[in-house]
Amino acid sequence: MTEPILSVQGLEKHFPVTKGLFKSQVGAVKAVDGISFDVRKGETLGLVGESGCGKTTTGRLITRLIEPTGGKITFEGHDITHMKQGRLRPLRRDMQMIFQDPYSSLNPRHTVGAIVGAPFRIQGIETEQGTKKAVQEILELVGLNPEHYNRYPHEFSGGQRQRIGIARTLALKPKLIIADEPVSALDVSIQAQVVNLLEDLQNELDLTYVVIAHDLSVVRHISDRVAVMYLGKIVEVGERAGLYGSPMHPYTNALMSAVPIPDPKQRAGRERIRLTGDVPSPLNPPPACRFHTRCWKAQEICKTQEPPLAELVPGHAVACHFPENAPSTTETPATVA
Amino acid sequence: MTFLQLNDLKVHFPTDDGLVRSVDGLSFQLERGKTLGIVGESGSGKSVTSLSILGLHKGGRARISGEIWLDGEELVSASQEHVRSLRGKKMAMIFQDPLSAMHPYYTVGDQIIEAYRIHNDVPKKVARKHAIDMLGRVGIPQPDRRVDSYPHEFSGGMRQRAMIAMALSCDPELLIADEPTTALDVTVQAQILDLMRDLQRDFNAALIIITHDLGVVAELSDDILVMYGGKCIEYGSADDIFERPEHPYTWGLLGSMPRLDREVTERLLPIKGSPPSLINVPSGCAFHPRCAFEPRTGGKGGTVVPDLVETEGGHLVRCHLSREERRDIWATEIKPKLES
Repeated sequence: MTEPILSVQGLEKHFPVTKGLFKSQVGAVKAVDGISFDVRKGETLGLVGESGCGKTTTGRLITRLIEPTGGKITFEGHDITHMKQGRLRPLRRDMQMIFQDPYSSLNPRHTVGAIVGAPFRIQGIETEQGTKKAVQEILELVGLNPEHYNRYPHEFSGGQRQRIGIARTLALKPKLIIADEPVSALDVSIQAQVVNLLEDLQNELDLTYVVIAHDLSVVRHISDRVAVMYLGKIVEVGERAGLYGSPMHPYTNALMSAVPIPDPKQRAGRERIRLTGDVPSPLNPPPACRFHTRCWKAQEICKTQEPPLAELVPGHAVACHFPENAPSTTETPATVA
Repeated sequence: MTFLQLNDLKVHFPTDDGLVRSVDGLSFQLERGKTLGIVGESGSGKSVTSLSILGLHKGGRARISGEIWLDGEELVSASQEHVRSLRGKKMAMIFQDPLSAMHPYYTVGDQIIEAYRIHNDVPKKVARKHAIDMLGRVGIPQPDRRVDSYPHEFSGGMRQRAMIAMALSCDPELLIADEPTTALDVTVQAQILDLMRDLQRDFNAALIIITHDLGVVAELSDDILVMYGGKCIEYGSADDIFERPEHPYTWGLLGSMPRLDREVTERLLPIKGSPPSLINVPSGCAFHPRCAFEPRTGGKGGTVVPDLVETEGGHLVRCHLSREERRDIWATEIKPKLES
């Protein structure tokens, strides 16, 4: 097994909630509440969950766009949890982010050349043939015309803008890319183009991805391993085949059965799990297992004891007292690949 | 007599940059109790179609021609006042974003009561009771208390339920839902789709659901209309569209989607290029610059607009390829790749 390029341990982000003139703290939004995972070199880790589960906050914590309130982030052996921005800057070359909205993540007053060339300028990198040539090469790599160098973002369609964003991300040949909902703002036919592009680039440039998305089908297509988040916790993490083939956490099961299947013939025959209600507020999450308020398998223990994230099958961990598809003690766990 | 019938509907907007042909000759029919799914990407004209049926483009800049027959009445030529009297009562709409579709200053109950009293001459008390009933029916817990909540006090899923309650408050016979679940999480989306299916059965309304998500239409629709560049390019039963699609664009949509119910494919099969600008719709078949099979039409793709022709039993396709060619390509080139 290859060593992890990124390792996260007990990561926490509590946003304070203040009240009154003196801003005394009256509570905290526990956006991310103690999550741990590794990202191995060359793999794609998918982070899925519903809105408010903390997946975007996790992405921003890893890239240090916001300051964690607890835990530890190790990137290529360096502890970057509280590293100063000055020392962090050289590391940023190796760790980049793709944003969700291609309309607001590009400066409308800058040309494509200036946007994609910015990383070179900021990092003070001189390339052999000059920045312009380097930028044009990257534009070509992501499927844009190098002649677009002097155009402005508004002249491009959504899919092309997302390609500009990806070009900027790739400028400094990073090792790890965090992609936060890279395709959710795009039309269906364009989504597929961008997903294919991300996969091609990964093969070509030997990239490692953390893909954050709410769309379970997209995540399944693109990821090697998948982590499911619920209210600031990872509830299940595992290899793609195992997690989608025999999900163990009830929440994962419910999520998957909620995805509409584009096949009218399956409309009648499909067995569904319907969750009632909405995701509780992270301001005041349910105690112990956070899913117990919506879980149909919940018992007394779920309200009092938090289930640990335990590896029940090699490479497949779940945080649940009553996991499904779990190997019983008499059975050999060889059935799950 | 069909309940809703559109004949050659055209909605054009003159702008400084040229004429935008948002909807360009659209015809379809819909009966009570049936659901039509309209699928298309951004700018295909699907939302403009729905707003035109409701008469919300009247009196604006839009140039509307063609006919919209709703239960024996023609709406394109009808007066604004008359269409307004139908809106809410005979036909109603569910919008995509419930937060911006509701007024933040009024309670949810006030907004439902207002809509109900416009069409029903009843005292406020009766209307309030009706509003509470409706909120209960769409599954809002403690409706007698939540009726006095403001929209911001509701979660996204509850707001969408409240909007459905508002739309249904006057028993409309035609309900148009424009991307009703796009802003919602997947578990909440499943709840709302179930709710819409149940309510439609109870109310026996005609339902038009507009979306870009083929999964959502497959869950709800009897018939499906695929739009591209302001025109219908394929129309058929849900089985036709998913089992025997005949238009290259529909193939492209199906190939672009990763699916949970199939094995993971190595690569997605996207459509090249991007949706056209409606100011500069490509000549001939609007899809021809993106179509992989355009060379097989012998140059007609870029010059002649194909007609919408029936291929079999109500399945309509707008394509230059012959029926045999299309079926052959689907069976030998597209379907095996989708199912591999």
